[in-house]
Amino acid sequence: MSLSTLTLRGFVTVLMLAVLALVPPLVDLTGNAFLIDLATRCVILAIAAVSLNLILGYGRMISFGHAAYLGIGAYAVGIPVYYEIYNGYLHILVAMAVSAVFAFATGLVCLRTRGVNFIMITMAFAQMVFFTFVSMEEYGGDDGLVIEVRSEFSRFINLEDATTLYYVCFASLLVVLYLVKRIVSSRFGMVIRGARGNELRMQSLGFDTFRYKLICYVIAGTICGFAGALLGNFTNFISPEMMDWTRSGELIFMVVLGGAGSLFGPVLGVSVFLLLEEFLSGLWLYWQLVFGIFLILVVLFANGGIDSWLSGRSKRSHDS
Amino acid sequence: MDWTLLTVQLLNGLQLGILLFLLASGLTLIFGIMDVVNLAHGSLYMAGAFLCATFTQWFDSFLLGLLAALPAVAIIGLLVELIVIRRLYQRDHLDHVLATFGLILAFDTLTQMIWGPDGQVIPLPAWLDGQVTLTADIVLPTYRLAIITTGLLVGVGLFVLVTQTRLGMRIRAGATNRTMISALGINIGMLFSIVFGIGAVLAGLAGMMIAPITEASIGMGNQIIIVAFVVIVIGGIGSIKGAFIAAILVGLIDTMGRSYLDVLFKLFMSAQNAETSAPAISAMLIYILMAVILAVRPTGLFGPRGR
Repeated sequence: MSLSTLTLRGFVTVLMLAVLALVPPLVDLTGNAFLIDLATRCVILAIAAVSLNLILGYGRMISFGHAAYLGIGAYAVGIPVYYEIYNGYLHILVAMAVSAVFAFATGLVCLRTRGVNFIMITMAFAQMVFFTFVSMEEYGGDDGLVIEVRSEFSRFINLEDATTLYYVCFASLLVVLYLVKRIVSSRFGMVIRGARGNELRMQSLGFDTFRYKLICYVIAGTICGFAGALLGNFTNFISPEMMDWTRSGELIFMVVLGGAGSLFGPVLGVSVFLLLEEFLSGLWLYWQLVFGIFLILVVLFANGGIDSWLSGRSKRSHDS
Repeated sequence: MDWTLLTVQLLNGLQLGILLFLLASGLTLIFGIMDVVNLAHGSLYMAGAFLCATFTQWFDSFLLGLLAALPAVAIIGLLVELIVIRRLYQRDHLDHVLATFGLILAFDTLTQMIWGPDGQVIPLPAWLDGQVTLTADIVLPTYRLAIITTGLLVGVGLFVLVTQTRLGMRIRAGATNRTMISALGINIGMLFSIVFGIGAVLAGLAGMMIAPITEASIGMGNQIIIVAFVVIVIGGIGSIKGAFIAAILVGLIDTMGRSYLDVLFKLFMSAQNAETSAPAISAMLIYILMAVILAVRPTGLFGPRGR
């Protein structure tokens, strides 16, 4: 973005990325080690939210089961580590491959439905994954699985070091943002956005929208599986609870809070969500009441999320 | 084969089906007529259970407690409709999901503030707590029979309301074409409130009836509401008949799956494999059923065409 077109929205984007890039030195300076944990969580969830935004924001595919991919990714780290396989490349590969296959198989069914049925069937598939892991006693079942050793990459990348882990996550976020930006502005992305506005028209123009949407759905799932692998490494623990339907709901809220269908909105949404959660939970035992009411107010009054507020226009006007 | 166990499990399945029907019928009406996805329907179920627990203590009678809690849940439902849901009619499903998700958070926390983190036990009166002897072998708990009977009566009542009364006619007309019936001069806002109130009472009733068995606990609605959604999606959105058939189907399949799937699996796989895979598959059965039905009929069993 050149300086002449630097809007408020661009300014906030640059500022936000700069802050995120400088978290570790800031932490060293203030000595508040907790901050880096919060920032790592924020960056990882931001990757997940950006991937959800690809289908939800640009494609209007309201997936209510996106947290399943976080779980799949995290178990793709946890289960190999349980068998003392520590190769990080393998973990990432498994996480993304399993997520892709799961997204493809479920997408074939889900994308045949519309509206609320789509919401519910994506959630149903996530519930299936949830119950699969609950019943796997070998891997902790309900109680979850402790990931004792983090993924091992080369000698230079040691994820056990908090700063390294953070920068790996942050670099991943940048790559994912770039990827999504390229996808959305490509011909492929235009078909997806076109199908959001008027699917019938895209079909009569000769596009097989089902295939486009399916590929988009698989890409989003794969990216989120990758985020899950990072999450597993970060928390050193994975349990089915991570895939509960309320988690998927939170992810949707993060995307909408930031601004569905804007590139950087989800990152802002995740940041605000986590900061608010952190701030409120320290303040009042019953903070979730405030949080719930805040959520309702955001839906009722903040059309288009933070992003549209920054760019000074309402998103809803050109949604169908 | 153990016939007592089989009968009891069938009864349990039927009971779950009836509870699901009470939840799903309200949900499907609200969805069919107002086109609102109400995730917070489970909160009304929870509210019913907690209110019933408190009123039962006050009056020292489960029946009086239940009768007092019903209008209370109706009032809560109407308030929710008035304050939040009413503003969502013009919005899309994404907004419905999010706003009602916020409602769930608020409801769960409010309940915790009022009643504390622990569950509330509702003691059953003696006349409901006993058992009915059917044959020498088969003895059934009275209360479960009472739940099933009540549920069926409510189901019949709802059926009569929807098919035989003027209000029901309007509800059906609203489900078919909202714009048209408001153009015919029917107060659609009022109709929506009534439907939401009916839905709230039915959900609350389901919560009140299950509470003596499981006790009232925070977040008790959050799992069953998902199953209720599975029911309305299977049954076809907006269809009471579909909701009833799907609810009984889901209740029976879920219960029977949990108790007999391992036996079934042992027929064609090793005992150990059956022991490990059966619990996972049985928890998934209803979702598999839903996925299969949606794959074959994307609008559900009795769904409207072209929604």
